[in-house]
Amino acid sequence: MTDTSAIAPGLKKDVLLKIRDLKIEGFTGETWVPIIKGVDLTLHRGEVMGLIGESGAGKSTIGAAAMGYARDGTRISDGSIEFDGIELTTSTEGEKRALRGARIAYVAQSAAASFNPSHKLIDQYTEAPLQYRIQKRLEAQEDAIELYERLRLPNPGEIGFRYPHQVSGGQLQRAMTAMAMSCRPDLIIFDEPTTALDVTTQIEVLAAIRDIVDQFNTAAIYITHDLAVVAQMADTIKVLLKGEEVEEASTEVMLKSPKEDYTKSLWAVRSFERPQKPRPENATPLISVQNVDASYTGGDKVLDDVSFDIYEGMTVAVVGESGSGKSTTARCITGLLPPSSGQILFKGEPLPPKYTDRSKDQLRQSQMIYQMADTALNPKVRISEIIGRPAQFYSGLKGTALKSRVDELLDLIELEPSKYYDRFPPELSGGQKQRIGIARALAAEPTFIICDEVTSALDQLVAEGILRLLDRLQKELNLAYMFITHDLATVRAIADEVVVMQHGKVVEQGPKTEMFKPPHHPYTDLLLSSVPEMDPNWLTTLLEERGVDNVGEAADV
Amino acid sequence: MGDIASLIFKRLGYGLITLLVISIIIFFMVELLPGDIAQAVLGQGATEENLAALREEMGLNKPAVVRYLEWLSGAVVGNFGESIVTGERVSSVITERFINTLFLAAYAAVIAVPFAITLGVIVALLRNTVFDRVANVLTLTSISSPEFFLGYILILYLSVKAQMFPAIASLSADMTFLELLHRTFLPALTLVLVVTAHMMRMTRAAIINLLASPYIEMARLKGTPPWKVIVKHALPNAWAPIINVVALNLAYLITGVVLVEVVFVYPGIGQSLVDAVSKRDFPVVQACCLIFAATFILLNLAADVGAILTNPRLRHPK
Amino acid sequence: MSIFVITYFGLLIGVSCLAAYYEKRSAFLMLFSLTLVSFVLGIVGGTGALRSVAIGAGMLAFAAGVSFAFREFLVAITPPKLAKEIKTAPLTASFGMFVIFTYAIAGIFAPWIAPYGESEVISSAFAPADANMLLGADQLGRDMFSRIIYGARNTVGLALLATMAAFFMGATAGLLAAVKGGWFDQFMGRFADVIMSIPSLIFALLMLSIFGPDITVIIIAVAIIYAPRVFRLTRAVAGNVVVMDYIEAAKLRGEKDGYLIRKEILPNSTAPLVAEFGLEFCFVFLLVAGLSFLGLGIQPPTADWGSMVRENATLISFGEITPLIPAAAIALLTVAVNFVVDWMLFRSSGLKEQ
Repeated sequence: MTDTSAIAPGLKKDVLLKIRDLKIEGFTGETWVPIIKGVDLTLHRGEVMGLIGESGAGKSTIGAAAMGYARDGTRISDGSIEFDGIELTTSTEGEKRALRGARIAYVAQSAAASFNPSHKLIDQYTEAPLQYRIQKRLEAQEDAIELYERLRLPNPGEIGFRYPHQVSGGQLQRAMTAMAMSCRPDLIIFDEPTTALDVTTQIEVLAAIRDIVDQFNTAAIYITHDLAVVAQMADTIKVLLKGEEVEEASTEVMLKSPKEDYTKSLWAVRSFERPQKPRPENATPLISVQNVDASYTGGDKVLDDVSFDIYEGMTVAVVGESGSGKSTTARCITGLLPPSSGQILFKGEPLPPKYTDRSKDQLRQSQMIYQMADTALNPKVRISEIIGRPAQFYSGLKGTALKSRVDELLDLIELEPSKYYDRFPPELSGGQKQRIGIARALAAEPTFIICDEVTSALDQLVAEGILRLLDRLQKELNLAYMFITHDLATVRAIADEVVVMQHGKVVEQGPKTEMFKPPHHPYTDLLLSSVPEMDPNWLTTLLEERGVDNVGEAADV
Repeated sequence: MGDIASLIFKRLGYGLITLLVISIIIFFMVELLPGDIAQAVLGQGATEENLAALREEMGLNKPAVVRYLEWLSGAVVGNFGESIVTGERVSSVITERFINTLFLAAYAAVIAVPFAITLGVIVALLRNTVFDRVANVLTLTSISSPEFFLGYILILYLSVKAQMFPAIASLSADMTFLELLHRTFLPALTLVLVVTAHMMRMTRAAIINLLASPYIEMARLKGTPPWKVIVKHALPNAWAPIINVVALNLAYLITGVVLVEVVFVYPGIGQSLVDAVSKRDFPVVQACCLIFAATFILLNLAADVGAILTNPRLRHPK
Repeated sequence: MSIFVITYFGLLIGVSCLAAYYEKRSAFLMLFSLTLVSFVLGIVGGTGALRSVAIGAGMLAFAAGVSFAFREFLVAITPPKLAKEIKTAPLTASFGMFVIFTYAIAGIFAPWIAPYGESEVISSAFAPADANMLLGADQLGRDMFSRIIYGARNTVGLALLATMAAFFMGATAGLLAAVKGGWFDQFMGRFADVIMSIPSLIFALLMLSIFGPDITVIIIAVAIIYAPRVFRLTRAVAGNVVVMDYIEAAKLRGEKDGYLIRKEILPNSTAPLVAEFGLEFCFVFLLVAGLSFLGLGIQPPTADWGSMVRENATLISFGEITPLIPAAAIALLTVAVNFVVDWMLFRSSGLKEQ
């Protein structure tokens, strides 16, 4: 796949999909606005093209358009889409339907929502082959089982006879890939197939998809926002920005020497890294989590004997996959979820377990910045009041003193006070909202801030800006951060110490430099090695090292 | 299957407790009466002796809790005591009328349910077209009209002017079934009009909600023909919402029936309730209320059980 | 073939062709299906049926005209921000606003508008309409028109008061339950469930039989019956807001419940709550009208639409539409409110259709 000879000149002539000057519009409730502003795309047989871009770049819309499909509220307004000589923009619904499933197939982002809960997996698999009378039911079932086996699903003979909710997310995603393969289509559209998965699960799905596409020499459009993932999967990469193409080149060329400034900036994002700080000597930790167990009402233990310390002015990254208990730990520290045993110390003094029992000053000391800036700011409250309220609440500032404090805070987060003072959150961009969230935390004059996945909902350039801002604020105000993240690139960039969590337990902890050097705990190792790298041969090498049967769930420790 | 059984048992138990609480409310609300029942029956001018005699006769001297338990244990076997006004056994008055009411509700339901659901599905498929908008306006208008408005319009046009159906739905024992259907057609039609509108709107909303699911898009992108998308992919998941819609509207019928019975002078339990309320015949009021509430709870229960039984996640546990 | 029939079909077909020519697909479909329906109707019902269709269409066109003009009027007199919202209102919604506006005027200025007093006997029973009495007299010889105007004040006023009482109780409880959570939330939820499993009309009848038909009793009864419904919705709407991170941030800051409700939750739930108010008003209004129709609502001689229907019902058997007028007044207001609510729900879409 990553071998560029796959698109050797001889093959190049055999064009499968040709999109010219495609324009798509979306309905906003009042008018139609352009989403795709004239994109060209040429895909050859057996070629895998990666479509990459930030959210809102229109990748997914182009993917659907390649099937001649416009989602509700969008319409193809101009251009041509030619699939194997058939013009899709002018063909009838019936003609397009005959292609879908049979010659062009689709793999959706959320497998759990895209499988019909009322039917067994294998019945959903056989639907298309039966529809197109390619195979009889039993043949189709045998075929399904064979594909399940090739996709390395556990119990391939049996898994198809389960219902979607009885199968895990990573397995469902592979079952959906099998379903897309059922009629051996010429083209498959993969729409962010691994975005919803954890890194360790992502690998197995990536490997399975890559193998199967290779084996049947299927052409594919692989849509993602993750550069490292697309580097593993695609022969060619096309970069999109706001509905327009930035550039297209073969994967190797694109990685080595991107031409456009925008593409370069995407590559450059991971350059920020700040030096690691040592722990201060003979100091009491600012926050000390001691032997904390916790569970939600009536549920199993979600935290099991969690202990770690955070010192003044330092950043501790808490790393783990979804369900590892990293966010629950934050809830224990803030007092939203009182631990069932163990305690939290602040400067050596135990904090009351429930936030309602804590004093104003204790509450002020630790603040939180949230992942989704959209839900973290009240859309109906002005910026001045969002930032001003903590200052008023804790320090009793009023009138001009309050206003100058808000101005000062806006200056601190690099937003022009006069421009933003009276605005409402929905008028701001994602990055700006996140900055307002930071300002609200700073307004309380805290010593400790919990950053819960603060950059994961942001585009990479913007995320970089936020990380730099947080770093600057830490130096200026001597803040301690607890950085909850699943993204190891972020950890590398900003952390001093790392805590690795799995299944509610701390698996390993220590200074960053040590954590990124072997020997590790096996889980840390798995986690570290599962994070895709920009090297196009990374997946191949990794699979060789681990062996194909030893990835993902199989490698679970 | 264990999961389903226990869920249904839980739901049944919950329904039973609700019914018990309601019986308490219905019984003790009468206790809130200024003065007491005897006073209410005999009026302000009653002498102390008369009051005392009546209290003795009605067992009012026993503590309220004892009387409640007696009332409840009677109600369970269908004995609601005697009417204050006529002295007849409440059950003998009510039983036949309750059957009449059930007949009327069933008559309306048999027409309305298939009709409304079909229309609801059609309108959902034609959403955002002219027909959808017209249907929206028509159903809203129908919902907004009081039952007696619709009833009198039907009487005016179909009975007084066109003389096709009788305006008064009186029943007699020697009627043939066809005659019965003809006599009760107008009240049934009134109910059908109101309930159909409600049911259509709810079905439409449920189907549209369903058609927005990613798995429906997936089915379309697999090249499944539109009719098959509906039959194979939408319908199996639509049962729960549709059962819910039907049960809710049957429950609604129960309330609507009271006004319709009065308009058409139909000998149903709603009419008895209204009469009893104006005569302050408390045993009859209590009995009617309990019966209405029990039917209401039963229907809601049926909806929930239906939803549990058709949920694929529960039918095929992990 | 009368001239009427020829003009009728000529007009329909002509306008359909125009619509088709200018590619107004939906208008064409409407008009042409009306033409087809008219063929059948003409054969079955004769000219009379066609005439009623024509009258109906004329009334619709008139209503559409009034709605359009009223919308433009509102756009002209309201501040720009509100005007922009109103501009998006469909004709049905502006029709609704127009009707509500008219009823409000009638209710507020009833004594000045009505030609006669509320219970003033001015002629014989069931006297037909004449120059003095627009709609004739009722069963006691009182002016029907005047009583309808007064009815706007009494019936709508009562329903409005009752809805406000229900809304105040339900919304307060719902907001508190959402903020406090825990056992209070659980208890209130269960309590609401129990009240709601008694059909509303039945519950109202039970309470009226005990405490007698009195305006205060009606208001309290309706408030008790509908508060749980408002509670459920408010709880759901507020529940969607409470899970937001900004609420968590405010809680962790140490804010009190009152602040959370006033500053954080309410501004984000007004749209669905206002829509819900309209919806509840419709239910309450129909219930109150139903009660007075049964003779258990507002007591005579106060003018009230529901009891007016009942009192004049005998006229129906003589083919008179008089008793239908107060009933139509009830239906018209409910339709109007529903139209406006429908539009608001569509705008806010924070609430699923019922």
